[in-house]
Amino acid sequence: MKQVVRYLPLLLLAIAWELAARFELVSTTALPPLSDVIRAWIDLLKDGDLVSNGLSSLYRAFAGLGLAILVGATLGIVMAWWKPANVLLSPLVEMFYPLPKSALIPVTVIWLGYGDGSKILLIFLGCMLPVTIGAFNGARSSEQALVWSARSMGANRLRMLWDVVVPSAMPEMLNGVRTALALSFILLVSSELIVAQKGFGYLIGSLGANGSYDAMYAVVLTVAFLGFAADRIYLVITKRTLAWRE
Amino acid sequence: MARVTQIMPADAPGGLPEKAARLVYWLFGAFTRVFSIVLLLAAWEILARSGTFTHFQLPAFSEVVERIGSDAWSGDLWINTALTLYRALTAFAICAVFGVIIGMAMSRSAIANWFFDPIISVGFPMPKIAFLPVVILWLGVYDVSKITIIVIDAIFPVIAATVIAIQGVERELIWSARNMGANNRELLTQIVLPAASPQIMTGLQVALPLSLIVAVVAEMLMGGYGLGGAMMTASRFANSTGVFAGIVEIAVVGYCLVKVMALIRRRLLIWHQESNEPTTA
Repeated sequence: MKQVVRYLPLLLLAIAWELAARFELVSTTALPPLSDVIRAWIDLLKDGDLVSNGLSSLYRAFAGLGLAILVGATLGIVMAWWKPANVLLSPLVEMFYPLPKSALIPVTVIWLGYGDGSKILLIFLGCMLPVTIGAFNGARSSEQALVWSARSMGANRLRMLWDVVVPSAMPEMLNGVRTALALSFILLVSSELIVAQKGFGYLIGSLGANGSYDAMYAVVLTVAFLGFAADRIYLVITKRTLAWRE
Repeated sequence: MARVTQIMPADAPGGLPEKAARLVYWLFGAFTRVFSIVLLLAAWEILARSGTFTHFQLPAFSEVVERIGSDAWSGDLWINTALTLYRALTAFAICAVFGVIIGMAMSRSAIANWFFDPIISVGFPMPKIAFLPVVILWLGVYDVSKITIIVIDAIFPVIAATVIAIQGVERELIWSARNMGANNRELLTQIVLPAASPQIMTGLQVALPLSLIVAVVAEMLMGGYGLGGAMMTASRFANSTGVFAGIVEIAVVGYCLVKVMALIRRRLLIWHQESNEPTTA
């Protein structure tokens, strides 16, 4: 019941949408009624268009994000742990971090063409640095007392890295991953809107070009919902992962 | 990020007079900062010239610089940069003003909070860039729609940061102000907003790069002038030198914006104990 009251404004917006479109307060091409959008969504689902494009989009997002987490986290921890790496890499990180990642879209296309490769590369490049910075800050701030006691108990450097530094870098790194997750969806959709032959962004673009706006709205809402759901699922997982901290 | 930038060379050598030591220290710091960037650019130039990649895949850095130079000479560079900045910064200003106002309203009135809270919590993690075609459908492909999509994307961090910041203002501050007879408006302008400003600034620092990202995407998709549009035009004509020049230009603009923002923060919050570097700079 509490949840219903909490999310009531969203429901009200949905009803307002439906009414505004039904009574033609706004043009129905610009805003098809919500019920039509839902019908179009079911049609898309039945066609299999939504599923096949969605799967290829999700594959790109998660392949890119997975690579970014793997490489980014390693890089961040190495930078925190080994000074020469820090001296060499941190100017580059500082230079590339503020780069608006969407600028890389045409370049990844030049390198890897119109298919999966260019999107995965884009998402990888775009999502890596938030993870790196999270891991770096986390590993740097790992408590000296913990490091000392591990050392006094006879842990060697590598063991200490794995048993002390990595776990204490975890919370901040996971925060970085959350940023990366949101970024991956943004980059995915924008690159697919601009150049692609399949995927959510492509589907949105082609439906819009055909003038089937109700279906376009259906896909847009699906993508938005997936991004939201991914974030919520991620939060649940991190809470589990970090349960030991409490 | 603050800590990434602090590369502290070993202690200044002893025995030297302090000034010379400081100079050596500074030179070493500057050298380490520039070293890997120079290395990267050199590697780019050498790789491009060696013929490992075709000219289309990787034009030499010198050619890209030349291209930027000729763009600057003909004035295109300035027009495009100014247009992109105009869109991004107008939208950013709208986000800053309305984001803070909505955030304040949410923390002051239960009704505003009831209405906006679910919208923020659902809307924040959404990839709102997906609404770009919808915005085009409504508002066309000119500046209004570009600015609108940027606002839609960049206002959420500002609102969220404002709400959290105001929640985090110490109760004691508010109580003592009340005790000394502050009315609501004074309380807001003299106590709550200043106390909340560090976190609001953090929200703005997230929103600024975001508005540039979205500005570039919107320009790429809608075409026309602007840094993103110019890149897309170059890419359509398979002019990869133009594409790489675009990246360098956008990177420089992004870097400057972030740095200026960090500078403003340090200026504005000079009274605050945190006045070290912010996390996003």
